[in-house]
Parts: sequence; C-alpha cells; structure tokens
Amino acid sequence: MVCKSNLQRSLDEGLFAVTAEIGPPKGSDPEKITKKAEIVKGFADAFNITDNQTAVVRMSSMAGCCILLKEKMEPILQMTCRDRNRIALQSDILGASAVGIKNMLFLTGDHQSFGNHPESKGVFDIDSMQLLQMVKKMRDDGIFQNGDEILAKNPDVFVGAAANPFADPFELRVDRLHKKILAGADFIQTQSVYNLEKFQVWMDEVCSLGLDKKIHILAGVTPLKSLRMTERMKFHVPGVDIPDDIYNIMKKADDPKSKGYEIAVNLINDIKKIRGVHGIHITALFWEDIVPSLVKETGIYPRY
Amino acid sequence: MIITKQKKFEEIIKSVDKGPVFIVGCNECATLCHTGGEEEVLEMKKKIEENNINVTGWKILEPACHLNNDRRLLKPYKAEIEKSKNILVLACGNGVQTISHLYDNKDIISGNDTLFLGEIVRANEFDKRCNMCGECLLDLFEGLCPISRCPKSMLNGPCGGSVNGKCEVDKNLDCIWDEIYKRLKKKGRLNQLNEIQKPKDWSKSLDMKRRI
Repeated sequence: MVCKSNLQRSLDEGLFAVTAEIGPPKGSDPEKITKKAEIVKGFADAFNITDNQTAVVRMSSMAGCCILLKEKMEPILQMTCRDRNRIALQSDILGASAVGIKNMLFLTGDHQSFGNHPESKGVFDIDSMQLLQMVKKMRDDGIFQNGDEILAKNPDVFVGAAANPFADPFELRVDRLHKKILAGADFIQTQSVYNLEKFQVWMDEVCSLGLDKKIHILAGVTPLKSLRMTERMKFHVPGVDIPDDIYNIMKKADDPKSKGYEIAVNLINDIKKIRGVHGIHITALFWEDIVPSLVKETGIYPRY
Repeated sequence: MIITKQKKFEEIIKSVDKGPVFIVGCNECATLCHTGGEEEVLEMKKKIEENNINVTGWKILEPACHLNNDRRLLKPYKAEIEKSKNILVLACGNGVQTISHLYDNKDIISGNDTLFLGEIVRANEFDKRCNMCGECLLDLFEGLCPISRCPKSMLNGPCGGSVNGKCEVDKNLDCIWDEIYKRLKKKGRLNQLNEIQKPKDWSKSLDMKRRI
C-alpha cells in the first residue's frame, strides 16, 4: 500500500474506527450527496456510498465517492457483482484508484428481483470471494484476473468485505469469514447487529481462531427509525436477525423513533466491549442526521 | 434435446479415484449424443477396468432425469451399488443430480459436460437452439431465436460484426440475424425490423420449479 487511507491508518493504529453509510440519490443532483455529507462530515473516518443497493437504481457509487472527495471526505466505494462482469469490475477498480478512492467494499450484491428492475438480467459473472481475490492480485501482484500484467500502476486499495454473523448455516459463518480473509479482505463491515448474543458467539469463535488479528471487523449498526422499518427488517430483509425482545420494545414504544435511537446507543455501547471488534459501521437508512449524536453519545467521537 | 460431451477419460478416472464404481447411462439424450448409451457405458466400463478399478455394475436409465423411474430401475442393483464407493453418471447435468438425489452416501461423478438444448442436424452434429429463457419470442423473429443463437443475444440485430452471413465471434457460426433478414426479405417484410424490440423480461428465466 503506497499511501494509506485514513480508515486503514486508524485501524492499523488500533483505534476504534467509525464508518457511516451515505445512500446516493435516485437522480443526478450532486447536492443530495453534499447535503447529507455536510451533516455527517467529521463524525466517521470514512463513508460508504452504496452501489445500487437492494437492486434499486441510484447514482453510481463511483460518482458519489468523487463528490465526497471534493468535500474532503474519505469515501468507501461499494462494488457488487450483480451489474458488472469481471471486465467492468476491474476497469472500475482501476478508475476508482485513479481518482483517489482508497477504500473499496466488495459484495456479491442483492438479487435483481428484490429491486425496481426485476426484469433485468443479473450478471454474477464472479462472486464476492472471487472479486476479493481478483482485487488483491491486482494490488499486490499487478496482474489482472486473466494473468495479464497491469502496465501502468497497480490500484491502491484498502479491501473491504461484508460478513453476516447471523445467516444459516451458522456453523459455516466463521469459515466463510476466514475464506474472505484468505481471498484478500483487509476489513469487514458486518450485517447489522441486533442479536448481541449471537454476535458474541460469532466473535468468540473469530477470536479463538485468531482471525481478529488478521482482519479489522467493524460491527454494523442500523438504528431502527420506526415500527414499520423494524417489521420490514425483521420479516422481509433476508439475513437480518432482530430478536423478539427488540421487536416488542419497538412495538410497545410511544415514540418508536427515540426508542430506536436508544436501542442503537445501547447496542454500540455493548458492541464496543466485545473483544476483537475494531469499529462500528453505521447505516442510518434515510436517517443520516442521527449519526452525529449517535457517535457523540456513545463516546466514539471526536474522530482521530 | 440436451446436448452433452463426454469429459476426458483422464479427468473421469481421476474423479473415480480407486473406486469401486457403479456406472449409470441414459437411454435418451445421452444415447443420441453418444455420451451415455449402452455402447459408451460398456466402453467406459472396459477402460475403467483396464485401470484396475472394479466396476460393480451398470445400468442405462429410462431416462436418467426421471426420479421415480430411476428408483424402480435401480432397485435390482442394490447390492452392486452398495458395493461401490462412487456412481459415475453418463447423462446430462440433470441426470447426475437425479442420481445424487437418490444416493446421499455415494460420491456422484459427472462423466459428461452439458452443453446446450439443441437440434440433431444430422448424425453426430448438434446445433444450439434454445436458452430456456422462460418467455418465447420466436414469433417475432421468424421462428429463429436470437437469444440462444446470437452470442450477444441481440433483439435488435444484426450488429456491425457479421461478415458474409457469418458471426464475428465464430466464423463457423451462421449469423442468426442474417438468417432472420433473409427470411423477412423473401416475405417482403423487412420493415418489421424497424420496430425497436423492448428489453427482455429476464425474470421469466428465474423459475426454479413448476407444478401442474
């Protein structure tokens, strides 16, 4: 790595990192990003710009990241395998590195049938594991997936991946994390944590295998904004595990928004104490303005 | 018909390992493709035995993709199958999985690669005809399918790469758009090509199950 990103530097120094997600708009107005950016600027080390998340068309992650760079904020480009084959993926990795994007998060991607163009054809030429391996070889060995040499500067990437500690079969979850480390991941942003008990079990196994020394794990936190959102997450979003007690608290709450915030604060405070967790990744869906108080109240602010 | 191609024997024998092995063939597509009929199964048996690997038995299924038929036809071979470590299936990918469905304690080996759904043009010659995309558009294209027969699956072809009626991707392949053009010209309906065909609904190809 020629020049480290802030995120990598923080993590390498053993500091507790914070990343936050900024959803790009369904349109070409850059102000939709800059306005959200202003709210969260300084409250996280780096900011994810999603790549057509849930298969809904939005401004590209690449463009969103460029807008953040102009705002002197550090972006994390997200890249999925759903919409691009290995040619386009490699081309975008080179392009992103060329414009100064240093952190990238590589995912397989939500299936197109979940999104707003269910008639589209999913690409899925390669999967996230293969994509991680591909980018690592581009960065470290200077070779493309086909074995050709990179002729004009290897891309400079701090390689991110996702992990879901709650998916089935649970027995495979740590093995799969290990596989992602071997493939090339430097940091992990996990699926949103609500089931602390299960997350703790997963982290214990991660630590017992020493994997926390090989990769930086950032635990995902998504504040629940309403009962409707809680129900959608609990019953309709694959891979999310919202325990009944949290669901019931949200159900009984007079003010679900403030209750959801309180739950998120408690979750962050608890996650901070879990051995092996190196940071928090906040996904405040359509609720970016909650990020500043959330990091202040949980003592993970000021940023370094 | 499902067109298959037998894998290289060296690959098959590597998967068979030390055996013993039971061999399964198919009386339909794989027989017509000469990849898993009686002749090929017996030839495979001979070659495997020449490598000092025990073949406990063999059976041609009717056809291999029929779960209940397989159950019934393989019942008399219980002892032979029990003695085997693996089952080598010379059928299409479906046949292999139907056998896998039946035997979860055996190593299932696929002896064939499954290529496409196609036509027997003449003996020993097979051409791709269908991608099983879930929504047939053939009436728009004179009964000639650009989804399966154009490497770019173009619905508003031809592209700029076709030369003398041959495809740019494979000079041995007739450009299907050239064929469509010739048919329409003959019928005096070339103007039909002026209509922009809308993007295809690929979600139709996602079905994993059908019950009637």
